[in-house]
Amino acid sequence: MTTLPRNPFPVNWPARFGWLALAAYVVWAAAQLDFTWSRFVSGLDNAQRFLSRMFPPNFSGDKWEMIVKGLTESLEIAIIASAIGIIIALPIGLMSARNLSPVWISWPARLVIALCRSFHPVIVAIIFVKAVGFGAIAGIGALVIASIGFISKLFAEAIEEISLKQVEAVRASGASFFNVLTYGVLPQVFGRFLGFCTYQLDSNLRNSTMVGIVGAGGVGGTLFAAFQRFDYDFVLAILISIISLIFAGEILSNILRAVFLDNKTISGWFGKGTSTTTVAKRGEEE
Amino acid sequence: MSTPDATTAGMNAINREWRRFTFEQRFIRFAFYFIAVAALVMSLRHIEFIPEFLYDAPAQVQDFFARMWPMDTAYYGKSVHDALIETLNIATLGTLLSILLAVPVGMLAANNLVPFAPLNYFAKLILVSSRSVNSLVWALLFIAVFGPGALAGTLAIAFRSIGFVGKLFGEALEECQRGPIEALTAVGAPKASVFTKGYWPQVKPAFWSIALFRWDINVRESAVLGLVGAGGIGMAMDTAQNLFRWDQVAVVLLTIFVVVILAELIVTYIRKKVL
Amino acid sequence: MTDRSLKIRGLVKEYKRGVPVLKGIDLDIAGDGITAIIGPSGTGKSTLIRCINRLVEPTSGQILFQGMDLAQLKGAELRAARRRIGMVFQEYNLVERLTVMENVLTGRLGYMTAFKAWLRKFPPSDIEEAYSLLDTVGLANFANQRADSLSGGQRQRVGIARAVMQHPEILLADEPTSSLDPKTSVEIMELMADLAGKRNIPVVVNIHNVELAKRFCGRMIGMTGGKVVFDGDPSALTDANLKEIYGGENWIE
Repeated sequence: MTTLPRNPFPVNWPARFGWLALAAYVVWAAAQLDFTWSRFVSGLDNAQRFLSRMFPPNFSGDKWEMIVKGLTESLEIAIIASAIGIIIALPIGLMSARNLSPVWISWPARLVIALCRSFHPVIVAIIFVKAVGFGAIAGIGALVIASIGFISKLFAEAIEEISLKQVEAVRASGASFFNVLTYGVLPQVFGRFLGFCTYQLDSNLRNSTMVGIVGAGGVGGTLFAAFQRFDYDFVLAILISIISLIFAGEILSNILRAVFLDNKTISGWFGKGTSTTTVAKRGEEE
Repeated sequence: MSTPDATTAGMNAINREWRRFTFEQRFIRFAFYFIAVAALVMSLRHIEFIPEFLYDAPAQVQDFFARMWPMDTAYYGKSVHDALIETLNIATLGTLLSILLAVPVGMLAANNLVPFAPLNYFAKLILVSSRSVNSLVWALLFIAVFGPGALAGTLAIAFRSIGFVGKLFGEALEECQRGPIEALTAVGAPKASVFTKGYWPQVKPAFWSIALFRWDINVRESAVLGLVGAGGIGMAMDTAQNLFRWDQVAVVLLTIFVVVILAELIVTYIRKKVL
Repeated sequence: MTDRSLKIRGLVKEYKRGVPVLKGIDLDIAGDGITAIIGPSGTGKSTLIRCINRLVEPTSGQILFQGMDLAQLKGAELRAARRRIGMVFQEYNLVERLTVMENVLTGRLGYMTAFKAWLRKFPPSDIEEAYSLLDTVGLANFANQRADSLSGGQRQRVGIARAVMQHPEILLADEPTSSLDPKTSVEIMELMADLAGKRNIPVVVNIHNVELAKRFCGRMIGMTGGKVVFDGDPSALTDANLKEIYGGENWIE
């Protein structure tokens, strides 16, 4: 045994070195990107002017019409892209789950997912604009690709985490492949799948407000044009509208989860009925 | 086969119809399905759709890929490489800055750390606003303030990431076990020590994995910021695209693809080895 | 009534090449009564049972049941055979997020088209039978609760109801009581013996508890090292036999 004095708080040299390296990197990178104090200060000056031109937000007649038109298109793009994306993502996700699919199916499926995920929706939108021209169809195409990449990947991961014991029991009853899926697999992943879908709808909505910047339809085009005209009070009006819409979407998806996962009912929300889960929990305590 | 339970079954034969859900549950589910389908149908009918453009699409795509080949590999050394380094710096600095900004907001949002509801809601409002505005829109805002360039890009990445990092960090804090924290409070440790010795060790793994995950996302995001003038590899792409130099665009796309894959591999490796 | 006996011939299972877990099992199981398989952990009891309904693929050998070799079946034929083989699992293996009723009805899935199963359109006679089974196992009031809200003993009752729901012609039970307390274990064994007895279903059960096995089973099979080393009446099982099956002797009181 060593007779060295024991040190209850040994210095973690690799960690210290790591922090030092990080600090050095920050200094170097900031210099590379030409971040200087004077730029920052003059920026603050700009910010003041910028903000004062933003207020009050401009919701006047014709502007409001443009916002509504743009947001409607964005919403439509998001809904259609989510629907198509989810329908395609379901089988791809299932195929790429390594605990249910043989390697020769899961590998190509994983490759498709990797391809869909590797490019930002805006870049995909540029390619689609080139292929199908300016407008909503390009936006839908870009967001379908993004949805496939996101949902299939998470869906596959969810399936890979399920309990195979439950699946085994359903299989032992002689159920067909599809019945095993609907009774053994789906109940275990449905909640998470619903979560991914509502998240994706949400994220498609956010992205659909953006693909317009490259000409793929929706409110993004209006927003970009307003920026280029220095029409900042209109910019703020558009931003407020986008945020409100996304907020509303988030509330809706919370309700959706409550209905489908906790079997909430309308009376449940007003405290009269009890959901099955609460009953179930009570049963366990007894 | 004889069923000895037949008598019992006969006795209880009333009220034996089995349904998976109650009427109300079925009604509300049906309502949701109906709304979803209705929304989809309405969207499909209303959306602007020019079939002529679609007929043309296969030819256009073919033309697009034909113009990409052969790639103008010289473009990499000329413009892409420096822009790529700039992109990586924007992503990394933006992530670091977002962590600095998001940690306090995340702490404010955690109800067990700050047991004061109005502050929690205020913090959550900041987080939601940050996430609702897209990084490209953040970039446009910062370009209006600081002018075009990497500074606007870095700030856009940072502000867009606050919502993500802050939300997940706040949730990790809220999931902390109470035991160690109560023990520290019981010995009369000051608040700061309770945080560094009680909460931090519990959230440390989550913190690093959130940071890495966000960095991975930010590499992708920062690649497109240049399209609106916020620096990085997107600017090289924008230039090439405006000149219809698809052979150069192809080089940029390939570079982005490789970098994104590498970033993901690095993050997966670090998560496996270190965390 | 069709013949419900089972013949196993030269059954070998290797998970890793050249390392057999089952080293050529030969067994005849009669078409009625309860047969217990006892033996130390890791000796292949579970593997043997799972080979019968092919949750584990046998490496070689024959499993003869009603004129078919279960080891050779594929696809639809295998599924049709599985319908006639009920199984009760150690950890119940209920689909936790489905209700008790849905879990019991899972036993009928082999007879349902995908679309009808998806919509839960089970024939009224199935639902009626499921309710009466739930009455028998004492869980009728739990029909619409989720399976993960039940206690271990309750779950195993549902597991048994699910297996019986298949109208099985043989019932396999893979350590059905190992996750339960002693009192519940006895109740579960009683329930299984009762249900199977009334319906004339032969039962093959893997079990760790020798006393429990002696109490309920008409025949004991002792396995060790992937081979059958004892086969006979429970009363014929001596301490010497147990020593051979489990090794050592300090644990025998």
